[in-house]
Amino acid sequence: MDTLAALGHGFLVALTPYNLLWSAIGVTVGTAVGVLPGIGPALTVALLLPVTYHLEPTSAFIMFAGIYYGAMYGGSTTSILLNAPGESGSIVTAIDGHAMARQGRGAQALATAAIGSFVAGTIATVALTFVAPLMVKMALLFGPAEYFALMVLALTTVTAVLGDSLARGLGSLFLGLALGLVGIDMQTGQARLAFGVPELLDGIDTVVVAVGLFAVGETLYVASRFRFETEEIYALKGSKWMSREDWSRSWKPWLRGTLLGFPIGALPAGGSEIPTFLSYLVEKRLAKRPEEFGHGAIEAVAGPEAANNASAAGVLAPLLSLGLPTSATAAIMLAAFQQYGLQPGPTLFDSNPELVWGMIASLYIGNVLLLLLNLPLVGLWVKLLLIPRPWLYAGILVFSTLGAYTLNNNVVDLVILWVIGLVGFGMRVLNVPVAPCVVGLILGPLAEQQFRRALAISQGDASVFVTHPISAALLAVAVLLVAGPMVLRHRQRMAEKAAEKAAANKAAGRSGTTPAL
Amino acid sequence: MAVRKSLTGILAAAALTAGALFATPAPAQNKTAEIKGIEIIAPANAGGGYDQHARAMQQVLQNHKLASNVQVMNIPGAGGTIGLSQFVTSRKRNPSLMISGLGMVGAILINKSPVTLDQVTPLARLTGEYQPIVVAADSPIRTLDDLIAKFKADPGSVSWGGFAVGSPDHILYGLIVKAIGGDVAKMNYIAAGAGGEMMASVLGGHITVATGGYNELASQLQAGKLRALGISAPQRVPGVDIPTFKEQGLDVELVNWRAVMAPGSLKAADKQALDEAVGAMVRTDEWKQIAKERGWIDLYLPSDQFTALLKDERARIEGLITELGLVK
Repeated sequence: MDTLAALGHGFLVALTPYNLLWSAIGVTVGTAVGVLPGIGPALTVALLLPVTYHLEPTSAFIMFAGIYYGAMYGGSTTSILLNAPGESGSIVTAIDGHAMARQGRGAQALATAAIGSFVAGTIATVALTFVAPLMVKMALLFGPAEYFALMVLALTTVTAVLGDSLARGLGSLFLGLALGLVGIDMQTGQARLAFGVPELLDGIDTVVVAVGLFAVGETLYVASRFRFETEEIYALKGSKWMSREDWSRSWKPWLRGTLLGFPIGALPAGGSEIPTFLSYLVEKRLAKRPEEFGHGAIEAVAGPEAANNASAAGVLAPLLSLGLPTSATAAIMLAAFQQYGLQPGPTLFDSNPELVWGMIASLYIGNVLLLLLNLPLVGLWVKLLLIPRPWLYAGILVFSTLGAYTLNNNVVDLVILWVIGLVGFGMRVLNVPVAPCVVGLILGPLAEQQFRRALAISQGDASVFVTHPISAALLAVAVLLVAGPMVLRHRQRMAEKAAEKAAANKAAGRSGTTPAL
Repeated sequence: MAVRKSLTGILAAAALTAGALFATPAPAQNKTAEIKGIEIIAPANAGGGYDQHARAMQQVLQNHKLASNVQVMNIPGAGGTIGLSQFVTSRKRNPSLMISGLGMVGAILINKSPVTLDQVTPLARLTGEYQPIVVAADSPIRTLDDLIAKFKADPGSVSWGGFAVGSPDHILYGLIVKAIGGDVAKMNYIAAGAGGEMMASVLGGHITVATGGYNELASQLQAGKLRALGISAPQRVPGVDIPTFKEQGLDVELVNWRAVMAPGSLKAADKQALDEAVGAMVRTDEWKQIAKERGWIDLYLPSDQFTALLKDERARIEGLITELGLVK
């Protein structure tokens, strides 16, 4: 009851017209920076810090929280419309989201992303309100061995995006893993595959690769075909709104995405990408029509979008309850707390209840404001797709190029973007799926780091991965996920054979072994 | 990018309004001429120590009319050496400055950077942080002596968590191991990631020790979640109840300093003007207030003194990094 009373008081603080105004400004700025490539919430908050110096801390944090949540909303927009993910958490969204846009279902994709973000943001905020300390206690149980197992589990996502040809899919995955090796090795300080280019020492930015493969590669492909095919505009088919079927296919992925996103976001090395991968995997496995995945399945937008928003709330759990910043945005928020002479950590809830609860309440309000802001914008955004294609694609190239540059203010990133774009074009021509490459690039280096840390700490004893219960359990799930479908398929084939035999014997039609659809 | 410009415009307008509403009394004591159009390179992403110093300088220089139109530019990458190489090679019309620090000394060696601090003019050391080393509150290691005993019994069993290889964290552990007569080659150093991730690892008991700026660790220390074994300050820091390594018999002293650099080819007159402006900046109440909030200790040294210190510091750090076997 104490929590509820404190939260109620928080709402009183956040609902004053003055603070509501800051929340509205925050979510609007946040949505804008989410849409703009290369400018993330961390840089925005850093830019605003000196400006907010004279604001009430509570108002400032209400605005920062709005920016943070807003950027998560905005990130999906460019993924879906332009196939150009603005941040790594929305890369997965691009796979099916952009396919939906090309089928004229961009509005539904944007809507399920916005409503999913709202649902996930709200539930995750409830979780932040009530179970943050518990969540953080569990997060501390995760050491390198456990993280490695989690990365392996996430890596099984690749089985869901391999495409029709195993060889091509694996080729793409290994390209991604190889790209992931580029840069300084964290544990020894040795450069790998950097070829003397200092800009490569920190590795290749995943967003640059994703935008290169998805947006630039696709654009070049379309341009190369342009002369031979008649121009078709991605017409908006039917209603702008989600149909009854869209709703019924979206609500479960929203909830499952939230369940994955919040706890993984609360892990200090969890991040926003891993829950989106896992969500994609889970949805494909549970879908009634898994063959639609990769070609515009609404579940594949609903789940990952919910997951990345829930993880954003998860990140706030260790920040508020332990003072641990686990993302760039959390780090700058910590600096902001210090600017006001506040020390986030175990004592913050007691020493500054008004601020903490006001901020948590503002997260609820911010979510509502974001939905109110974003749903009407859907109609406006999809009009972008009506732009004649040569213009639209030229625009995408300009947009991607600007974004890649502003990411690090570095020309080398542009070269990488375009080289990767050409590779993406080649892959598109050869019908090699690009998603496995991105999965490998993101997860490969993370898995390697955790693997080596775990072994260094155990002084080379590899049994840590199976003697730690959490790690063993996660690895077991990963094995089941890969082996399970194979076994099932095998048994199904056996059953079908048996059924055929029986049917042949009876000289009648095939009987009841088709899987339930 | 028009959108970005207008965003900056809005921010500027907001800043003006905020400034007008809560007008800070304009300091009248400034005699230094205003320097027009400075670009400060923060060789890291937004939010880190370099970035915070750059933005604090921007704020104070402008508010106190020491300089106008100050821009901060983030050029992250490779421990700050990407920013350094752009700073050294670019030819700009406006004077430009770059934030630097102890971390960059190691990063230049580790990354085999083609440009070094030889190609910049050390303008001023600004601030510094002393680093405690910490264990989890429920760790069996109660004191520095416990840690030393554990290391001497089985060097590999102590996992020393720090940021990157060759970072100030790594240097500090190297100094400690050397001071107890241990073999730095046997040190089990774990690059455990940035702040939050590393702290979670030590809180969860996954690594033995961690370190960081005192301010970063203060809330966990005060809440009793972490225990400090010693701090790298020369003598007790006021308000910080942690014994120094020196009083515990280890000759270990390290300050993670942050400084500001000017271009290598700088006219004497320009250097003097910048030196004076920075000197005036660190004397303002606003700067002192920011430093206090962020837990930065004022270690200001003007250009001449800092240049001499940097020379010694580089010799010490570069020697240790070689000893750690990180460079051949």
